[in-house]
Amino acid sequence: MDLQQSIVQKVREAIEKRSPVAIIGGNTKAFYGYPSEAEELDISGHRGVLEYDPGELVISCRSGSLLSDISVILAEQGQYLPFEPPAFGEQATIGGTVACGFSGPRRPWSGSLRDYLLGVKLINGKGEVVSYGGQVMKNVAGYDISRLMAGSMGTLGVLLEVSFKVLPVPAHEMTLGFDCDQAEAIRKINSWSGLPLPLSGAFWNQGQLQVRLSGAGSELSRAAKRMRAEEINENCVAWSELREHRMDFFTNAARLWRLSLPAATGPIDLGGNCLVDWGGAQRWYDTQLPALGVRRLAAAAGGHATLFRGGSNEERFHPLTPAVKRMHLRVKQAFDPLALFNPGRMSRDW
Amino acid sequence: MRPFECDGLSVYRALPLMVALPTNTGQVREILKTCYRLGVPVVTRGAGTGLSGGALPLEQGLLLVLTKLNRILAIDPLNRTARLEPGVRNQAISESAARYGLYYAPDPSSQVACSIGGNVAENSGGVHCLKYGLTVHNVLEVTVLTIEGDELVLGSEALDAPGFDLLALINGSEGMLGVIIEVVVRLLPLPETAQVVLAGFASSEAAAATVSEIIGAGIVPAGLEMMDRLSVEAVEAFNSPGYPRDAEAVLLCELDGGEAEVAEQMTRVREILETQRASSVTVSHSESERLRLWQGRKNAFPAVGRIKPDYYCMDGTIPRRELPRVLADISAASSRYGLAVANVFHAGDGNLHPLILYDANQQDELEKAERLGAEILTMCIEAGGTVTGEHGVGMEKIDSMCEQFPAAELEQFHALKYAFDPPGLLNPGKAVPTLHRCAELGAMHVHGGKLPFPDLPRF
Repeated sequence: MDLQQSIVQKVREAIEKRSPVAIIGGNTKAFYGYPSEAEELDISGHRGVLEYDPGELVISCRSGSLLSDISVILAEQGQYLPFEPPAFGEQATIGGTVACGFSGPRRPWSGSLRDYLLGVKLINGKGEVVSYGGQVMKNVAGYDISRLMAGSMGTLGVLLEVSFKVLPVPAHEMTLGFDCDQAEAIRKINSWSGLPLPLSGAFWNQGQLQVRLSGAGSELSRAAKRMRAEEINENCVAWSELREHRMDFFTNAARLWRLSLPAATGPIDLGGNCLVDWGGAQRWYDTQLPALGVRRLAAAAGGHATLFRGGSNEERFHPLTPAVKRMHLRVKQAFDPLALFNPGRMSRDW
Repeated sequence: MRPFECDGLSVYRALPLMVALPTNTGQVREILKTCYRLGVPVVTRGAGTGLSGGALPLEQGLLLVLTKLNRILAIDPLNRTARLEPGVRNQAISESAARYGLYYAPDPSSQVACSIGGNVAENSGGVHCLKYGLTVHNVLEVTVLTIEGDELVLGSEALDAPGFDLLALINGSEGMLGVIIEVVVRLLPLPETAQVVLAGFASSEAAAATVSEIIGAGIVPAGLEMMDRLSVEAVEAFNSPGYPRDAEAVLLCELDGGEAEVAEQMTRVREILETQRASSVTVSHSESERLRLWQGRKNAFPAVGRIKPDYYCMDGTIPRRELPRVLADISAASSRYGLAVANVFHAGDGNLHPLILYDANQQDELEKAERLGAEILTMCIEAGGTVTGEHGVGMEKIDSMCEQFPAAELEQFHALKYAFDPPGLLNPGKAVPTLHRCAELGAMHVHGGKLPFPDLPRF
């Protein structure tokens, strides 16, 4: 259903009254960031695919469309969103998916959500409906405002429509398993990543490294041979379980940290359980170590740490340098001069 | 200062107030500080190979040339990254990474000369971006200096960074937001093998339809290029790469990856070519054959430049499905204006490079060529595309931006520019038109078949 008019109306009223709004889609990722204490602006009814031409490898849809519906529509044509976005719930919308900017296990090899985002239509803080990018792969006219929306948590505007590049589902997939400790797993996967192998996933947990290959069937068996491994079918964790955080490691975690690191960084001991994903570039920890310590270790390795789920009244995101923080405030102001969109959602300061 | 009066778009020329060639980032910082204090505009320039006048100097401004900052600071083979100063040449990255079996994927045609700082500023593409993405997809971290003297490290050596994705914003920002002083790029393993197939077709429409068929079949070629009859005739007269002269259009489709995968996909592509009634099919069976088949495509611009004294190069992008229709419209407009148009382009991602042939010495021809060019850009916008796929707006397409973007969108761009550059000193007057500007028209003009960088391949 096209709710653009009524959403624009609500935003204009909010501007009129100087009354902030908390933008809500399926509310499946409310755990992430900080809660925004403002009147809800529900966009979940604004749904529907606007254009999808499989030969074009592009899909455009309204922001309230369910991620699950989009996945089904693409799958019917043998295509998918290659960044494998986690939904974290059946009601997840494509708008919320863009706002959070999460990417799944395939990310190091396929690219991230923002890499596939081609265009957006949004309502800015002046109540204007503006469109950027579009349905073409190459577009350098003006600043890349579309990609800036990825991961901005609804603080820059209300997304109305989004367009993604999509790709054909790989012809074949194969999962390989290796028994090894964390250090060896990180070494192995990073040396493979430097070779022309059809990798599409690699995570380690509890002494097992699980690697996914995608592509032409003949290529996969060649690659497996080269990696001295055999396909595993039993005891392998479904990749969707990893993506959706349904594995025991995640469901048992009281305070879940996400460390984003240069992939080949050696194991970092945070005194708790660890799950290594993205071939080493994304590591999950269930640890009670104080935030300061976690952040110091992540930063020392050239990365950053996010308190993803759980924990009490702590800082969720890695602090920005003063200069970058200043620029964030200005960019926020450029889009939302009255600071009405999702106040406090991404930063306690704004 | 003459060598700096224009970039790759030589029709626009201006002598800068002064040129600065810093040899370290400390000097860049000092220069910016001084310009900020004195209110002097700054135009940043890398190798100056850009095709849209983005590095056109300002007569009242300083030209900041970063070519001397050309050190490769580090290559990390295990993390597969390279840390670079902005003046490092694109090709030098891959050359240095080759010993680790790695390379830097984006390959703009000027890659032997163009520098990484300019690549980031323009979000450069290339023949292989269909599969490997643009610059924005291959850059992990960029350090910029703002005009106010702040150093912003955007992105990180990990795959993301906290906060807004300002890294994505810097890519393609055309020197308007900050001065790039360091770049970390992602390196990829060199593919095991690559094979190209050249196919002739009885019509441009059939070739364009084949492009969609190949993509629709779930194949992502490393490159998928198209040339029309006029371009084929031109390259055959130029260096006889062995393209079918009887074809109305040719396609070049390159596949890369593992040997088994390439073989499997090549079989599939050949089946499609057969179904689409390709009039001729040539597959490369060695690296030298592959390079020979690419020769025609890579020499297309200079070859076309020999047909007529001048040509005018466009850079619009359209959805692939619109290719047959837009090509037919271009051909109709070409007859209407009485000016030949050679089509050489990145068909796989719908990025057109129509070359309008004219003779500036003939009365009215330049003006006619410009009007035809404007009409073609309008066709691209109307087909749901954009006025520039990879060359950038710069000075050249500043007026076409008015046609592509309504006032609210342009104002939002200006607000963002203001966030980064409140005094408006960085590359003023480029990339985004002021609302009351929206008037002229421009494009890449080439006189006497002479490209500004005659030795560089242009595709």
